[in-house]
Amino acid sequence: MKDLLDIASLEKKQIEHLLSLAEDLKEILYRPIPKVPTLRGKLVVNLFYEASTRTRFSFERAAKVLSADTLNFSTGASSVKKGETLLDTIKNLRALGANLFVIRHPLAGAPHFIARSCDVPVVNAGDGTHEHPTQALLDLLTVKEKLGTLSGLKVVIVGDIKHSRVAHSDILAFQKMGSKVVVTGPAPLLPEPSEVSYFALEKGRFKVEVSPEKALSRADVVIALRIQKERHGTALIPSYQEYHQFFGLTTELLLKHLSEGGILMHPGPINWGIELAPEIEKFPRQVILDQVENGVAIRMAVLLTLLAGKKDENTN
Amino acid sequence: MRILIKKARILDPSQDLDFVGDLLIEEGKIKGFDKRIEGVEGCKIIDAEGLWCFPGLVDMHVHLREPGEEWKEDIETGTRAALCGGVLRIACMPNTKPPIDSPELVKFVLEKAREKASVKVYPIACITKGQKGEELTEFGRLKEAGAVGVSDDGKWVPNSEIMRRALLYARQFDLPVISHCEDPALSKGGSINLGKMSAKLGLKGIPASAEVVAVFRDLFLARETGGPLHLAHISLKDSIKVLKWAKEEGIPFTAETCPHYFTLTEKEVDGYNTFAKVNPPLRTEEDVEAIKEALKEGILEVIASDHAPHSPLEKEVEFELASPGMIGLQTLLPLSYKLVEEGVLSPIKCLKCLITNPARILRIEPPSVKIGKNAELILFDPREEYIFTQELIKSKSYNTPFLNKKLKGRVKKVILCNFLHTLC
Ligand SMILES: [Zn+2]
Ligand SMILES: [Zn+2]
Repeated sequence: MKDLLDIASLEKKQIEHLLSLAEDLKEILYRPIPKVPTLRGKLVVNLFYEASTRTRFSFERAAKVLSADTLNFSTGASSVKKGETLLDTIKNLRALGANLFVIRHPLAGAPHFIARSCDVPVVNAGDGTHEHPTQALLDLLTVKEKLGTLSGLKVVIVGDIKHSRVAHSDILAFQKMGSKVVVTGPAPLLPEPSEVSYFALEKGRFKVEVSPEKALSRADVVIALRIQKERHGTALIPSYQEYHQFFGLTTELLLKHLSEGGILMHPGPINWGIELAPEIEKFPRQVILDQVENGVAIRMAVLLTLLAGKKDENTN
Repeated sequence: MRILIKKARILDPSQDLDFVGDLLIEEGKIKGFDKRIEGVEGCKIIDAEGLWCFPGLVDMHVHLREPGEEWKEDIETGTRAALCGGVLRIACMPNTKPPIDSPELVKFVLEKAREKASVKVYPIACITKGQKGEELTEFGRLKEAGAVGVSDDGKWVPNSEIMRRALLYARQFDLPVISHCEDPALSKGGSINLGKMSAKLGLKGIPASAEVVAVFRDLFLARETGGPLHLAHISLKDSIKVLKWAKEEGIPFTAETCPHYFTLTEKEVDGYNTFAKVNPPLRTEEDVEAIKEALKEGILEVIASDHAPHSPLEKEVEFELASPGMIGLQTLLPLSYKLVEEGVLSPIKCLKCLITNPARILRIEPPSVKIGKNAELILFDPREEYIFTQELIKSKSYNTPFLNKKLKGRVKKVILCNFLHTLC
């Protein structure tokens, strides 16, 4: 594995490897001094062409626990504003000694584009409306930890499926591990009939359900997505009030539909009162902060897998 | 100079001519053709056994990029690529910088062509000033200056009233109105076909409705106005259904497609391949089949290249930022010839789509194999297979999904008036 670009190109074995490595590495986070020298001397560059705090902090934390050096680069402070092309930026940073790029970009395929013309590993930290593979991996880790298995589950994703890279990665990841995925939300934000054949890895494994109640029924895992009212100046939903009324999750709804032991997840940041009713913060089966912790473990596993065993090109 | 072509399969779609024989050219004009021509002295003899000899192609949809984007292509390089592809007449689209929306600019293109073009260039002018979709251009003066049609290609005319007026006015001047059918409200932000591939790549898909809605509106306006409507680059099975309905209704229109719509599918875009990004987008296997069927049935009458050069500056970037379009002048003939090999079209029918039909739509006399006419002929080897490498490309740009792919059928020689070009 040279890069981690999307869940689509990962095999089940590779996913299992990353999950078990993350489980092992997670222990480090509980040590009095959570730091190991494994990646000392490696330079991880976080390129964030889109606002994000938690994903960037999570990657940075993961790199630092493994003793890698980090450089952070976000739009505004960077030379992107000067019209420098993405490729030029990468070449420059490569010349500065970067050993791995973590990239978050508003355009789908930007990490793939970089990976093609770059000899060091590239990790996709979210590209446009395409994928967000580390988020899906940390979701898998969280479910495995809480429910003990990843197969035979009913996973329900609620929200703007069309524009959510988290949903796109989760839909594939949970199916690859042997679960069934049902998506629901406002109809214009659901996959089109012509797109379903891509998302369904096997017949009967993936379903688009317009009725949220039917979708949620006997769910083992519910993933609520962050909803945005507008995208590029176009209104996606008529109002937040209407969204909350018809697609927002409440404790009552979850208690009614979740299977025994079922859990609620959210990739964050949460719009309380829109996709989730505020009282859900106290709901005992929401595992949102566990997801954040697992995010660090997963990203450690990814960095280690892509960087370990490689000689530092800059020291020779 | 006299040239005697021996034992060629001579084809002329303008008179359904198809026989094996000899053809004599003298002083740049066709002097005679017959099963055998013997005893002519002092001529250059070309042994053309196994080769096809037919008039040069007329490509009615080409982007030459001059003026304004000469780093992608110019009239000199674009027409040289045309010559090497066996395309001896081209109509060039007006979406240059500035757009060709005045008689002066039409004359500018013609002047440049006189200076440096290898093949005949027919300018197409804009339908609306600056291609803004608001105000009609001067159709009468544009035609006088040499424009053979009007088009806002690259964009549809979204205001139906403006398009209606354009068709009425164009009818008066007998100028074809060439429409790029894509409703921007539906296609905005999209870069590939809506479907499996858009789901896979996480790119906004362009729905079929973007093309079909536009096709239907334009046809209905043609019915109301009787305006000379030509639909550019039809790509969809559903559009074909609408075209069939229009034919039954007796609506006056003509329609074209391009080789990529009957050769490639959306799969080509996988891996964010910007060379396969084009408007309208590549569709599905089903659509490819429907386009072939429509050519066979004569619903689509023209095969044009929509040659759209872009440099690495526009193509070696993130997919959504990449400009749409691919070059096509040198692949037009081999890819169309594939339809003959597959039995979809007869050789004559294929050449009608490439020569006589586009000439008729542009109101120009087609090149032909007739005594006394200027020699405007190509010698084509239908058997030759070769890899389409960057070295073979005569255009300034090499943005084509056929780069380094195998092609079958190659133009060997071009005879254009007094010149004999030996290409390979
Ligand atoms: Zn067009
Ligand atoms: Zn065009």
